[in-house]
Amino acid sequence: MDADVVIVGAGLSGLAAGIRLAHFGRRVLLIEKHSLWGGLNSFYKKGGNLFDVGLHALTNYVGPDYRGPRRPLQRLSRQLRIPIESLDLVPQTQSSIYFADARITFENDLERMRSEVAAGWPSEIDGFDRLVAACATFPDPTRDRPFVSTRQRLQEFIRDPLLREMILCPVFYYGSACEEDLDWGDFVVLFSSIFIEGLSRPRSGMRPFLRLLVDRFLEAGGELIRNCEVEGFDLEGDRATHVRLRGRPPVRAEWVLSSAGARETLRLANRPAPDIRAGQLAFMETVWVLEEPTWSPGRYADCVTFFNFNEHMQWRAPRVDVDFASGVLCCPNHYAGSTEPRRTFLRATHLAHPERWFEFDPAEYSARKDRAIEDSARRVETMVGPFRDQVVFIDAFTPRTVLHYTGHEHGAIYGTPDKQRSGDIGLENVFLIGTDQGLVGIVGAMSSGVAMANARLAG
Amino acid sequence: MTEDGLKKIILDIIHDIAPDEDLSDVDPAVRLRDQLDLDSMDFLDIVMELRKRYKVEVPEEDYMELSTLNGCVSYLMPKFQEKGIEASASA
Repeated sequence: MDADVVIVGAGLSGLAAGIRLAHFGRRVLLIEKHSLWGGLNSFYKKGGNLFDVGLHALTNYVGPDYRGPRRPLQRLSRQLRIPIESLDLVPQTQSSIYFADARITFENDLERMRSEVAAGWPSEIDGFDRLVAACATFPDPTRDRPFVSTRQRLQEFIRDPLLREMILCPVFYYGSACEEDLDWGDFVVLFSSIFIEGLSRPRSGMRPFLRLLVDRFLEAGGELIRNCEVEGFDLEGDRATHVRLRGRPPVRAEWVLSSAGARETLRLANRPAPDIRAGQLAFMETVWVLEEPTWSPGRYADCVTFFNFNEHMQWRAPRVDVDFASGVLCCPNHYAGSTEPRRTFLRATHLAHPERWFEFDPAEYSARKDRAIEDSARRVETMVGPFRDQVVFIDAFTPRTVLHYTGHEHGAIYGTPDKQRSGDIGLENVFLIGTDQGLVGIVGAMSSGVAMANARLAG
Repeated sequence: MTEDGLKKIILDIIHDIAPDEDLSDVDPAVRLRDQLDLDSMDFLDIVMELRKRYKVEVPEEDYMELSTLNGCVSYLMPKFQEKGIEASASA
């Protein structure tokens, strides 16, 4: 079997790259290890409920009335020839940053956040305005450039450490692959994506959203193989000639685009990865399904709550199983026009230890996971009020679950801190797409796939 | 192949790439970029659509020739005639 391009992984980056390449006549073979597509943003059914994997919000919202410079989601829509309306996005109503001593509520209209900053930190509002202006005028943030510390740079705009940490909290979570800091260019992109453009959600979750991408890919002539694992690449010098598949004949490929991760892809090529560190930012997540569709009306109204009760906002691998004092809570029912039907879904995500979840034997693992679910629920109840008596179903993942389904080392969803922006990992015809090339999240992953496909098309 | 036929081919391609743009009164003498929200990636797509639909190749050094609708017509007309493509084709 021959292909012009073999793509490893039918996540959002692989699907986006596949659509572009197939549309322009390349023979594309998209290989997915799992039975379903979507990668780190997939979906599954359990206990009669349809769950999204890890979906809190889609950033980079573009409302129907938006008029202004083209935004990333509009650019993606054009490149994939998928109209934004067909994504059926419903905007957030409100979200908040929730710290022990302060709260900031924000909406997709930046004015709400601005007025809360002005009320809580009157002396900082000029700096906040300058920060927004700096984000709007930052030159092409996707360009490769030396690392500039956001922790340092942000001090030029915001003097109060608490406000700085509150602004950083959602940005870290959505997301920085780098412990305790992130590159200023990435900060600019994420700040704009979250606060200036805003949050939304596909009305009925990831399933129809992904269906659109898969259909578009197939209609463009791409081929998708599921339940099939890539075992490795055959190399001649630095060139991959064949992709070896489990239980199938090898495929001869001109190009390979891999979303497996930088280290993981080098492993497939049987090459060392001395300069690329393993990711340390792993997560534990619980979804509680509550009996009532409108549980606790009027009390907890956020779509997403970014919380931190630690003394400082920490963005690093915890020393314990899970750092319950900080995390992200979301409730899809609170999006305007959401179709979450008969139940309320609450989803809480915390940083988890990147190694120890792999060390427990099955009984210990199961016990620790149950305890973590309880500890997370208790923490969430301090913010939203009691809900545990309403729970009819629980599902949770740990770094171990993530490794199992996605192959990402340490279950580190955000990948290596050493991003390869060019996609180049020292092989002639194998390039990275997805988390280890670009930014995280749905829009970040799709943008990565499009950019790397364009580089091949132009070349 | 008429000039109007070729203009329609170009506008059809732009419509598929940028369905949200109003193409009803594009001035053929004015840079497309100055009247429509098109960026360099969109121009790359126009070139690739020409290749995909009509097997017409536009080398990178000639991209400038496509900056206006009139420019497109005068640059592409010989290429289309060479291939004997008729304007009715709207792939």
